[in-house]
Amino acid sequence: MEQLQSSVLMPDATGRFGEFGGRFVPETLMPALLELEEAYNHFKNDPDFQAELKHYLREYVGRPNPLYFAERLTAELGGAQIYLKREDLNHTGAHKINNTIGQILLAKRMGKKRIIAETGAGQHGVATATVCAKFDFECEIFMGEEDVRRQSLNVFRMRLMGAKVTPITSGSRTLKDAVNATFRDWVTNVRTTYLLIGSAVGAHPYPMIVRDFQSIIGQETKQQIQEQTAKLPDLVVACVGGGSNSIGMFYPFCQDIEVSLIGVEAGGKGILSGEHSASLSAGSVGVFHGAKCHLLQENEGQVTPAHSISAGLDYPGVGPEHSFYQESGRAKYVSITDHEALEGFQRLAELEGIIPALETAHAIAYLSKVAPQMSSDQTIVLCLSGRGDKDVYTVADASGVRI
Amino acid sequence: MNRIDAKFQSLRQKQESAFIPYLCGADPNLEVTRQLILALDQVGTDIIELGVPFSDPIADGPTIQKASERALESKVTLNQLLDLVTELRRETEIPIVLMGYYNPIFFMGTERFFIKAKSVGVDGVIIPDLPIEESTQVLEMAQSHDVKVIFLVAPTSTPERMKKIAEASTGFIYCVSVTGVTGARQHVSTEIAPMVTELRKHTEKPICVGFGISNPGQAESVAKVADGVVIGSAIIDRIEANLGDETAIVQSVAQFATDLIQGIRG
Repeated sequence: MEQLQSSVLMPDATGRFGEFGGRFVPETLMPALLELEEAYNHFKNDPDFQAELKHYLREYVGRPNPLYFAERLTAELGGAQIYLKREDLNHTGAHKINNTIGQILLAKRMGKKRIIAETGAGQHGVATATVCAKFDFECEIFMGEEDVRRQSLNVFRMRLMGAKVTPITSGSRTLKDAVNATFRDWVTNVRTTYLLIGSAVGAHPYPMIVRDFQSIIGQETKQQIQEQTAKLPDLVVACVGGGSNSIGMFYPFCQDIEVSLIGVEAGGKGILSGEHSASLSAGSVGVFHGAKCHLLQENEGQVTPAHSISAGLDYPGVGPEHSFYQESGRAKYVSITDHEALEGFQRLAELEGIIPALETAHAIAYLSKVAPQMSSDQTIVLCLSGRGDKDVYTVADASGVRI
Repeated sequence: MNRIDAKFQSLRQKQESAFIPYLCGADPNLEVTRQLILALDQVGTDIIELGVPFSDPIADGPTIQKASERALESKVTLNQLLDLVTELRRETEIPIVLMGYYNPIFFMGTERFFIKAKSVGVDGVIIPDLPIEESTQVLEMAQSHDVKVIFLVAPTSTPERMKKIAEASTGFIYCVSVTGVTGARQHVSTEIAPMVTELRKHTEKPICVGFGISNPGQAESVAKVADGVVIGSAIIDRIEANLGDETAIVQSVAQFATDLIQGIRG
C-alpha cells in the first residue's frame, strides 16, 4: 500500500514511475525537455493558467460532459450497472482535446510559435489542429501513410483548420513511424517548436503532463458517479493504446483500492497470431520513444510494428505509468480482438444509439466478458473515449459493405 | 591502453586529426561491412564507428534510416555484430566504437553487453538516446569492463551541460555540429567553432565533430578546429549508389575515404 500512496506523487524528479519512464532522448532535446518541465511545474500552480484552462474546458470543449447510465446495454448484459463517461460529446468528438487545450495554453506562455504533433487515428491531430486554429499557431501533423488512407475524414478535417498534414512513408507507415518523424522534426526545430504529444507516452515530462490534463475525466467521473449512485464504482474500464484516456480516467481513482481498474488493449487478430498491439498483455520491458515501458519487440530489441483495426491503438509501446500500474498490480490489462471490437461497436450503436470510436469499442466489447459476472448492485464506469464517425468506412469495409 | 586513447595520443604527437567513418552494420550485409572496415583500415582510417541498426532511429535522417532498414532486412542482431568484431580482430587493431540506440543493449542486459563488447574487442560505445541523466548504470558497467562511453554534445546544450558531458565522456567527446538529424548537408554548420571553444574551457579530452559533413573540403575545415571528423551519411550514399555490386561498394568507399583523409590531413 505504501507504493500506492506514493503513486499519486509520481513521477519522481527523474520522470520515473517505479522503474518505468525516464528521458531516453538525444542530447539535442534534453534542454527542451528540461525547459518544458520547468514551465509546466510553474504554470500548473498558477491561478491565471488554471482559470484560463477551466474557462476553455467549459466554454469551448463543453465540459463537464455527462456520465450516462446505459440502461439497455446493462439489461442486455445482465449484471453490473454500466455507466458511460461521454468523452465523445466533447468538441472534436474525443478526449484528446482535454490535453491539447492544456498544452496549447502552456505553449503560448512559453512563447512558442509552431506546433508539431503525431497522430494515429487522427483524433489527436484534429484536436491539435483545432487548438492551433483557435490560438493562431502554425501547425504540422505527422501521420503514417497507412493511417492517412484509413482516416481520410480526419485528414480533411485537419486541413480544413489550416494544419499541414505530412504523410510518413517510412517503416510500418503507422503511428510508431509518425512519432519517429515528429521527434526528428523536433530535433531539427526544437528552438522554435513545441512538440504536442497526444498520448501518455514519450520522455518525461510528457507522460505526466498528458495524464494531468486528462485527469479531468476521472475527476468528473468520481464526482458524478457518487452523485448518481452514492458510492464509488466497483470497476473502471478504458481502452489502452498509448494510454491517455485510460490514465486520465484511472489516476483520480488510483488510491481508491476498492475500485478495480482494467485497461483493454487491442488484441488485433489474436495474441497468438503475433499481429496485435497488446504491449502490456504480451510485450516485454524495453526503452522506446524516450521512456522505459512495455513494448512489442523481436530479433533482440527491434520494435515490432503493431496491428489493430483501430488506428488509435495501433502502437507497439505504452505509457510508462501503465507499465507501473501493471507491475504494481494496481490495474489489470486485458486484450480484445478486432473481431470482438467490431461486435462491441455494433452493440453500442444498436442498444444505446451511440456509435463509438473503434478504440472505445474494444473497451465496450470487454464489458460482455465482465459485466455478466458481476451482480446488479455493482457498477462499472466505462470511458467512452470518442465517437465513431471517423471509423464508419473501416467498419463498412470489414463488414463487406460499400458506402 | 584502450585503443582509442592510444590512437589520440599518437595523433596528438603528429598534430593530426582523426578520420572516423560511420558504417551501418550489415548494410547491405555483414560480409560487406567486414570488407569495408578492412579496406578503410588499409587507407589510413583512424577509428571505425560501427552502427547497430535499429527499427526506430529517431536521431537519424533519411540516409541512415534507409541503411538501417536494409540491414534489418536480414534480421541482423547486436550479437551478430559483436561476432563480426571478433572476426575483425583477427585482422585489424583499428579502434572500433559501436554506435547504437539503447534498446538492443537494454534487451541484452547492460552488464552482459559490456562483458561481451570487451571480450570481442570493442573499444567504446556511443548511445545517442542515452543522455547523461540516464547513464549511471551504463557508465558503471563500461568502466568496470574498460569500454569507453562517448557522449554527445549538441548546439542546444547549455555551457553547464557541456561541462557535465565533458566530465562524463571517456575516449572522446562527440560534438553534434547541427541542431538536427544525421545527414549530408551543403554547408558546414557555423555552430561548430563556438561549441568546440566552449568545450575546450572544460576539458583536455579529444573533441570529434560529426553530423552533416559530406566532402573533403568540409572535412578539412572541421579538422582545423576538432581532434576528429565523423562522416556517416556521405559514405552511406556511396554504398547506396553501388548496391548490387559489392566490389564497387568497397572500392568507391575506399576511394572516398582516401579523399577525405587527404582533406583532413591538409
